[in-house]
Amino acid sequence: MAREVFRYNTRAGRAFDVANVIFLTIVGLVALAPFLFVLVRSFASEAELTARPFFLWPDHFDLSAYTVIFTTPSFTRAVITTVLVTAVGTVIQLLLTVTMAYPLAKRDLPGRNIILSLVVVTLVFSGGMIPTFLIVRNLGLLNTYWALILPLAINPFSLIIVKNFFQNLPAELEESAKVDGASELVVLWRIVLPLSKPILATFALFYAVGIWNDFMSPLLYLNDTSMWTLQMFLQQVTAATDLTTAQQVDPNYIPPSQGIKYAVIVIATIPVLIFYPFLQKHFAKGMLIGAVKG
Amino acid sequence: MSSTLTETSPAVPAPAPVTVRVPSLPPRKRRLWARMLRYRWLYLLLAPGVVYFAIFKYAPMYGAIIAFEDYVPFLGMSGSRWVGLAQFQRFFNDPDFFRLLGNTLILAGLSLVIAFPLTIIMALILNEMRLMVLKRTVQTLIYIPHFLAWTVVASLTYLLFAQGAGPLTHLLNAMLGTHIDFLSDPAWFRPIIVLQDIWKNTGWGTIIFLAALASVDQEQYEAAVIDGAGRFQRVWHVTLPAIRPTIIIMLILQMGQILNTGFEQIYLMTNSLNRQVADVFDTYVYFVGITQGAYSYATAVGLFKAVVGVVLILGANWLSKRFNQDGIF
Repeated sequence: MAREVFRYNTRAGRAFDVANVIFLTIVGLVALAPFLFVLVRSFASEAELTARPFFLWPDHFDLSAYTVIFTTPSFTRAVITTVLVTAVGTVIQLLLTVTMAYPLAKRDLPGRNIILSLVVVTLVFSGGMIPTFLIVRNLGLLNTYWALILPLAINPFSLIIVKNFFQNLPAELEESAKVDGASELVVLWRIVLPLSKPILATFALFYAVGIWNDFMSPLLYLNDTSMWTLQMFLQQVTAATDLTTAQQVDPNYIPPSQGIKYAVIVIATIPVLIFYPFLQKHFAKGMLIGAVKG
Repeated sequence: MSSTLTETSPAVPAPAPVTVRVPSLPPRKRRLWARMLRYRWLYLLLAPGVVYFAIFKYAPMYGAIIAFEDYVPFLGMSGSRWVGLAQFQRFFNDPDFFRLLGNTLILAGLSLVIAFPLTIIMALILNEMRLMVLKRTVQTLIYIPHFLAWTVVASLTYLLFAQGAGPLTHLLNAMLGTHIDFLSDPAWFRPIIVLQDIWKNTGWGTIIFLAALASVDQEQYEAAVIDGAGRFQRVWHVTLPAIRPTIIIMLILQMGQILNTGFEQIYLMTNSLNRQVADVFDTYVYFVGITQGAYSYATAVGLFKAVVGVVLILGANWLSKRFNQDGIF
């Protein structure tokens, strides 16, 4: 019926449909192509990488790039570091967001509006990179992993979204629990948190991806190369092709062989790709909740 | 949906067993005190977050005062010499100022002229796709780059555009008949940045437009069909006008962000050869402040950017309200 009413079957309409299918297939492939390129090449031998500029499948399946990086102490250390920082950071972010959002969701909490306004101010204005850097330094956090976690411990946007979510939970549930004598903390733990599991899971994933991908914090706050996170390691191995500068810093610097670059990119990307399907289930909804005003 | 700004006592007096005797206070203050006491656990919960905002958001705002000083770490904030607006004068008289402003505005302009319309076109094309399996698959694929780290995007770019060996270097040079080193050629810095932007964020950007497209009134399409509109006419006369408010809001929002070039992206793509076109406010603050230690000067540059940013955002908010839409705040 709809088909007839909307006259998709005109010649121009059909031609458009075909063109559209082709176009979108290409777009989908382009989105993935750079990563597939890297993935395939990470499994090729060094000889093949030099010999063939482009291939869809390696002639010889070769794991040596992975063997090399996983036997390089600075790489394995970077992976372990990043996993730990991401895990601890996500828990802290989630905890602080919930504990701050819940009281702010109470409309009659004295002082709530002042605090909310102060939070909103930070959305549009900040002291900037240098003053924040100096605070981190004065707190003695430079060259500690806390510098990667604490300065970003609460995302004001997420805080407001979670607060709005708490605020929109049916008030009756809470009231009945309070009639039964439950305190605020019990209500939060027994009623509010279980109802908020999906939104909190979504934010946990967003936080985890954010910390995992963070490059600016380690760049600013970690000078000690032995403390590097995976993203810093990746940047040194692949993006820092400024060979002359690299050699000025370290005369023995040898540019990493190609296969290693590909393998490091794959390892830096894979956790995000593993999380992605879970993220995708919720983020569209999350974006729309975010559009709702507080 | 708007929260009440005035403090009102709860409609139903909660059965608070807490009795407080503060006879010297007037009744209103006593009620406030009682409420605060009743919520004491909530304040305890609130405390860590408030401390966070105080230390990592508000202390740096106060610390930005060093923009008006000649800050020496050894002397500290209170011991350093007050120089008033000297740092700002130095910055505005520096030829770097117009170079940074130009670089920033050109990148923002390119994004507005190229990436923004592409997002809308992409959303329209996805919306016209009637093969749901393909639509959903493509959506899934084009959202992925949004979640990749800038380090990964930069690394991919470096490998694809590597001098000699990179496949895109091969392809483009063969097509153009040139021998360009895309990564160090200043003329190619901006196109590559825009390309990265498109690859990483176009898919993600379609979400908001697709949501708007989903709520277009179907009866309007039927009416248009009865009036004899073809497929392209329907898009032009029904779909586009229907999502116009969304387009305007997103446009205004982007105008408010015009000075915010992504630090990580630009930093990662900057090298000694393309510096002249690559430097923007954020990376300049880093190079001057962190690597050269000119704290006060760099803070002044950052503060200038932040203040202009606030003006732009508030202006954008005012504009979006004028367009009969809800503001963001």
